[in-house]
Amino acid sequence: MRDRLSRRFFLQAGAAAGGGLMLSAVLPVTVRGAAATAMLNAFVEIAPDGRITILAKNPEIGQGIKTMLPMLIAEELDADWADVTIVGAPVDEARFGRQFAGGSMATPLNWEPLRRVGAAARAMLIAAAAQGWGVPAAECDTGPGKVRHAKSQRTADYGSLAAKAATLKAPDPKTLKLKDKADFRIIGRSVRGIDSPLVVTGKPLFGIDVEVPGMLYAVYEKCPVFGGKVVGANLDAVKALPGVKDAFVVRGGSKLEGLLDGVAIVADNWWLANRARAALKVEWDEGPHAGDSTSGFAKAAAELGGKPPATVLRQDGDATTALKGAAKMIEAHYAYPFLSHLTLEPQNCTAHVADGKVEIWAPTQLPVPGIKLVAETLGVPESAVTLHMQRCGGGFGRRLRNDVMAEAAAISRQAGKPVKLLWTREDDMRHDFYRPAGFHFFKGGLDGEGRLVAFTDHFVTFGDGNKPGSSASMSPREFPARLVPHLDYGVSVIPFGVPTGPLRAPGSNAFAFAFQSFLDELAHAAGQDPVAFRLALLGEPQVFKTPPDEDGPIPDFDTGRMRGVLELAADRSGWDKASLPRGTGMGVAFYFSHLGYFAEVVQATVSQKGEVRLDKVWVAGDVGSQIINPTGAENQVQGAALDGLGAALGQAITIDKGRTVEANFDAVKPLRMDQAPPVEVHFLTTDHPPTGLGEPALPPVIPALCNAIFAATGKRVRKLPIDQGDLAWG
Amino acid sequence: MAYTIKVNGTARTVDVDGDMPLLWVLRDVLDLKGSKFGCGAGLCGACTVQLNGDPVRSCSTPVSAVGTAAITTIEGIGDTPIGRKVQAAWLDVDVVQCGYCQAGQIMSAAALLAKTPAPTDRDIDAAMSGNICRCATYTRIRAAIKKAAGLSTADSREIRHA
Repeated sequence: MRDRLSRRFFLQAGAAAGGGLMLSAVLPVTVRGAAATAMLNAFVEIAPDGRITILAKNPEIGQGIKTMLPMLIAEELDADWADVTIVGAPVDEARFGRQFAGGSMATPLNWEPLRRVGAAARAMLIAAAAQGWGVPAAECDTGPGKVRHAKSQRTADYGSLAAKAATLKAPDPKTLKLKDKADFRIIGRSVRGIDSPLVVTGKPLFGIDVEVPGMLYAVYEKCPVFGGKVVGANLDAVKALPGVKDAFVVRGGSKLEGLLDGVAIVADNWWLANRARAALKVEWDEGPHAGDSTSGFAKAAAELGGKPPATVLRQDGDATTALKGAAKMIEAHYAYPFLSHLTLEPQNCTAHVADGKVEIWAPTQLPVPGIKLVAETLGVPESAVTLHMQRCGGGFGRRLRNDVMAEAAAISRQAGKPVKLLWTREDDMRHDFYRPAGFHFFKGGLDGEGRLVAFTDHFVTFGDGNKPGSSASMSPREFPARLVPHLDYGVSVIPFGVPTGPLRAPGSNAFAFAFQSFLDELAHAAGQDPVAFRLALLGEPQVFKTPPDEDGPIPDFDTGRMRGVLELAADRSGWDKASLPRGTGMGVAFYFSHLGYFAEVVQATVSQKGEVRLDKVWVAGDVGSQIINPTGAENQVQGAALDGLGAALGQAITIDKGRTVEANFDAVKPLRMDQAPPVEVHFLTTDHPPTGLGEPALPPVIPALCNAIFAATGKRVRKLPIDQGDLAWG
Repeated sequence: MAYTIKVNGTARTVDVDGDMPLLWVLRDVLDLKGSKFGCGAGLCGACTVQLNGDPVRSCSTPVSAVGTAAITTIEGIGDTPIGRKVQAAWLDVDVVQCGYCQAGQIMSAAALLAKTPAPTDRDIDAAMSGNICRCATYTRIRAAIKKAAGLSTADSREIRHA
């Protein structure tokens, strides 16, 4: 399912995927007065002085999309980038097509449609000039910001043509010819983040910075056991505290993604509201999951792992017999923990409910479902809800859930005032939708030549009945499926009450660790170099195609592209040339996710006491024919690699008595400056449509590190986070 | 009670509880939203401001403890030559991803360069490890600090193979 996640969340959001909507969005043409700024289509406005305003439609979570999507439009518009101003678009999917940040999907979904938006506007400007000059449009071309007619040596600036162009019929997008790659002037050039000057001077940009006249500040206390109900609370005592305007119980439903029961405290400023919380005493009905614990889950997993899987996911050949007949059989168990998203900007939302209307200001990755959730929660029509998207202080998948919007709206309604709800870090860590923990019980069989001939995985995950929870399912195509003749994948499910959801590279961020680490064990058992073993497993280049299923299309998997990045990573890292001292090792891994092919090498040094130092990371990625914004691309890849390393070294969410134990950055540790190694990034350009970069560089870095630790120490990491106490040697 | 504090060169009087952290005085009373809330416990550095040039975590600094110290925030750091250089380097190197931590990073970096004009990689590690960047833009933060210092942006920790 991992490779279909992005597709799934379009369906979840209830709109058609692809370019259709986007193209129709080109058609509406409005003119705002003859001499004023002319709107050529939903995305492009041109002022008489030539200033071009391009609307950026998707939520900005740090992935650079507010800069990158307008580059696509500006390129085909043939604009001079210096003339372009970028403005965030309002939420309006009828005008702009899909507006969301997730699944690394912005590039593949918008690469062609948004270039066509720019090309359509350019064609209208050409038509306007041609009409004015009385020449055929076909004789005209464009240079940056102007239309030219070479025969008569005439030129006209876009600004002078815009008003007329806006009165013309928009062309059929299918008839538009897009530029050849060789003619790109903006795509492929490094363009700095458009809002960075505002960021470095501390301008208010983020959800947490929103101010609305007359607003109050709120905190919201929920049951530490997910979904528990309020029995009672000492509201009068809290209301008497300094600055507190009101304190009340909010009644919620049973869906963890929506409004849950809690107590709101509303005050003159946020600090007073939060301080009053120390005096708040709530009696909770903790519900049926108050017995959940990480240790209980581990016990259940060990029991299930010893039995046949509850559900068969895939069976190729006869793995049982092949394992018995193998020259060498290796067995290993892998485990990884729940993880929190840790967006540095805690969840927050400002809401104003008045006169049957709801206004919301929120950092969100998924705005339209947020509107829907607020409407459902308050029992108002969706048309009564206006959402203003704010820049997000990190997303990582957390803001695909809009629970905080439902809370802010409910609190504002009950308080009768505009309210800014801000979670503490402790709220944020304890009420997340966690990356699900998981367990893999592997067996692998090698033949006499060290070839992988049999492979089985019993995946123990979490969910309800036999159905895995959100982001807790595995694809039957998980690598090395389709490349091993005898292969079984099966799944068993542990029932649980912990909310789970997508975390950057969902599924992949866990499966890469387990599978690519176990493949490394097999390489060593086969007495082969880990790169050579993997190249042999990938074999000759071939493309695996899978027909669409009920959830939509399934991406092809091209072993040749994977070979390409593996060879590149090995070459750039000096893989087989390095002579390293004991305690220092290099590890390799690759992974395909979110349509991107990545191979990574990590060099790490482990002290005799077992402390891990990250020396360097080499990344090779293939995301198709074009890196649209190289500076942004490199930044995403470096960040993704370091993000994965931080999670592997210092992060776990522990459940005890049905609640999250950890609460702040002393217990769950993102990577810090003194741990962060250099990350060298190489892109292999191949003749495939460009795809996204927010996620696919993350998964392979974790097994590459674990494999490096094995190379350095001979100790195999089979459980995350890495326990450095276990790594002492010498 | 009333406190008069000096923020970015201007005396400001605020009538708040003495325990109120400087961060919330800045954000919610003085409407200076550049300093950010990340952890409330001095663990992430998003709230970093300078007191008399020293980087401090404003989320854990009660307003009553500020006294007459000169407070510099991200809104004011561009008025100093070092702050201006750091901001320019941040843009030149294109450090920013989500940007939420960057005010705190810049305040820590400017404080480092004021005391250590030519920092080594080790100096950078020591000065910057209290500031979490959840997007992990550390490679570029390191380069931007060196650029602001007029140093080569090469990573001297680079591991090279034959």
